[in-house]
Amino acid sequence: MDTKRIEKLAAQIRLETLKVIHSRGFGHVGGSMDLADLMAVLYGEVMHFDPKNPRDPDRDWLVLSKGHAGPVAYATFGIMGFYPMAEAYTLNQPHTKFPSHTDRKLTPGVDLTTGSLGQGVSAATGAALGDRIDGRKNHVFCVIGDGEADEGQVWEAFHFAYAHKLDNIVFIIDNNGYQLDGKTVDILDHGDIARKAEGFGLYTQEVNGHDVEAIYQAIQNAYSTKGVPSCIVLDTIKGKGATFAEPKREHSSQPSEEAWQEAIAAAEKALREVRK
Amino acid sequence: MKLELIAKHEKDSRACRDAFALTLKDMMAADKSVCYVDCDLMGCVNTKQLMAAYPDRAYEAGIAEANAAGVCAGLAATGKKVYLHTFGTFASRRIYDQIYMSAAYADLPVHVFGSDAGVCAAFNGGTHMPLEDAAMYLSIPKAVVTDPCDYAQLKAVTEQVADCDCVTYTRFVRKDIIRVYGDDTEFTLGKGVVLHESSHDAATIITSGIMVDEALKAYEALDAEGIAVRVVDMFTWKPLDEELVLRCAAETGAIVTAENHNVVCGLGSAVANCLAKNHPTVQEFVGVQDMFGQVGPQSFLMDEYGLRASNIVAAVKKAIGRK
Repeated sequence: MDTKRIEKLAAQIRLETLKVIHSRGFGHVGGSMDLADLMAVLYGEVMHFDPKNPRDPDRDWLVLSKGHAGPVAYATFGIMGFYPMAEAYTLNQPHTKFPSHTDRKLTPGVDLTTGSLGQGVSAATGAALGDRIDGRKNHVFCVIGDGEADEGQVWEAFHFAYAHKLDNIVFIIDNNGYQLDGKTVDILDHGDIARKAEGFGLYTQEVNGHDVEAIYQAIQNAYSTKGVPSCIVLDTIKGKGATFAEPKREHSSQPSEEAWQEAIAAAEKALREVRK
Repeated sequence: MKLELIAKHEKDSRACRDAFALTLKDMMAADKSVCYVDCDLMGCVNTKQLMAAYPDRAYEAGIAEANAAGVCAGLAATGKKVYLHTFGTFASRRIYDQIYMSAAYADLPVHVFGSDAGVCAAFNGGTHMPLEDAAMYLSIPKAVVTDPCDYAQLKAVTEQVADCDCVTYTRFVRKDIIRVYGDDTEFTLGKGVVLHESSHDAATIITSGIMVDEALKAYEALDAEGIAVRVVDMFTWKPLDEELVLRCAAETGAIVTAENHNVVCGLGSAVANCLAKNHPTVQEFVGVQDMFGQVGPQSFLMDEYGLRASNIVAAVKKAIGRK
């Protein structure tokens, strides 16, 4: 993997994610920005997809079960050529193709509809099962929020994937430590979420969610582990790279125009610096 | 449309669940895209044979219905024709959000079969008695909702929902069922079946499921008194056969609906919506009058909740009197 290229892509995704949400002025900045490095590894290096044929049955799937991270997907898909980037600057406008939560009917590149937390994990598991029935060699990546993992359905899906030996699915827990009402440890403490996933029989790794090489290597390890589903716990910083959201680990943000311009300028600067 | 009405009020020698299990087995043999998921209740509907015959397409999801519904949506996203079974209570209340968002809203057809419709849950009692299951599915945009009455009709519904590109919900009876139709009868989803009709009908009974046999008994009792009524088996609650409802309303002037379900948001409500909008007509509602279920033999429950031919007869007379 060309690390520099992927880091540049991550910086580009961060900038575009901010611009997508800025187009509406408010949205789920925190849980979108912290996934930029993952998205860069997935779409820049790992996944097989065709922007001109988003429903290619042999594609790798991405299911953002934490559907409110839609903007980071819209930024990534725009950069990858699923549609002109500017189309995504209609976030949450009437009749937009870019709603706050990912919707398979509306947005090219979105594989499953999510939003009611926990549900995407089961649906992604079903897609992995369907792909296995068809003998396909592709993989399903399913991104779950650590707050989302309060939902029992997440663990039901892990149980099912383990019992049916689905090794073509990689569950990725965005372990940013925060949910809407505060720190996950204060709202409903998971304890050690990686150990819990491991306890469900998943081949589980925990990596720095902002280290693209570590993310890449974890995915390669997951690919080579047969007979069990994988789980990668990504330790992330909620709001990473958004100057107004990162310090407070905000779930949703509605900053002033001045704060937006400051954040966009900082993201542009970060992109320039990684390009050096 | 071929109609062979048996209507002798006699039990079918076959268990009704086999109309589901054996039909699905034939479908899985003919079409490799047909998949089946159950929630630890295969033993109740005789579908373990599907897992034995097609281990790569029939799955146990265990006692985790919410996940099962989501898995079915994901399977549908890969192009599978997916059938999901559990008891009607769990097939509706317990998985409503999953069916609503992951399947229906996402445009992914999943065919849900809820067993033990209404009072047929009998000895499992009030906790397991789905009197609101159809109501929940009726309120999902575009969903197809059916309440088949016997073996032949359940077989037809099982086959035909496969071609629906939306979520479908079928509430059915597992065990003893009164045989209404001969096996060669042809059914069409969305089309009611007229069982009795004359030019001088004073009212129309619109019914489905286990209430069809009660309606036929009511027809005989009323006929003996010289009162002619029309009887319609409206096994598809949604989309409702509005053309037939409106024709019956225009020609008979009084409607009685009879359902094994809460009268709030059930077949009667669907018919009333249609009538109020197009052709306001006198209507009486036979069914469970906004009450919870309870434990007991099915025959006791049918008496208890007023789901008998005698209740239909009284409702018909009342409706005629209100014309």
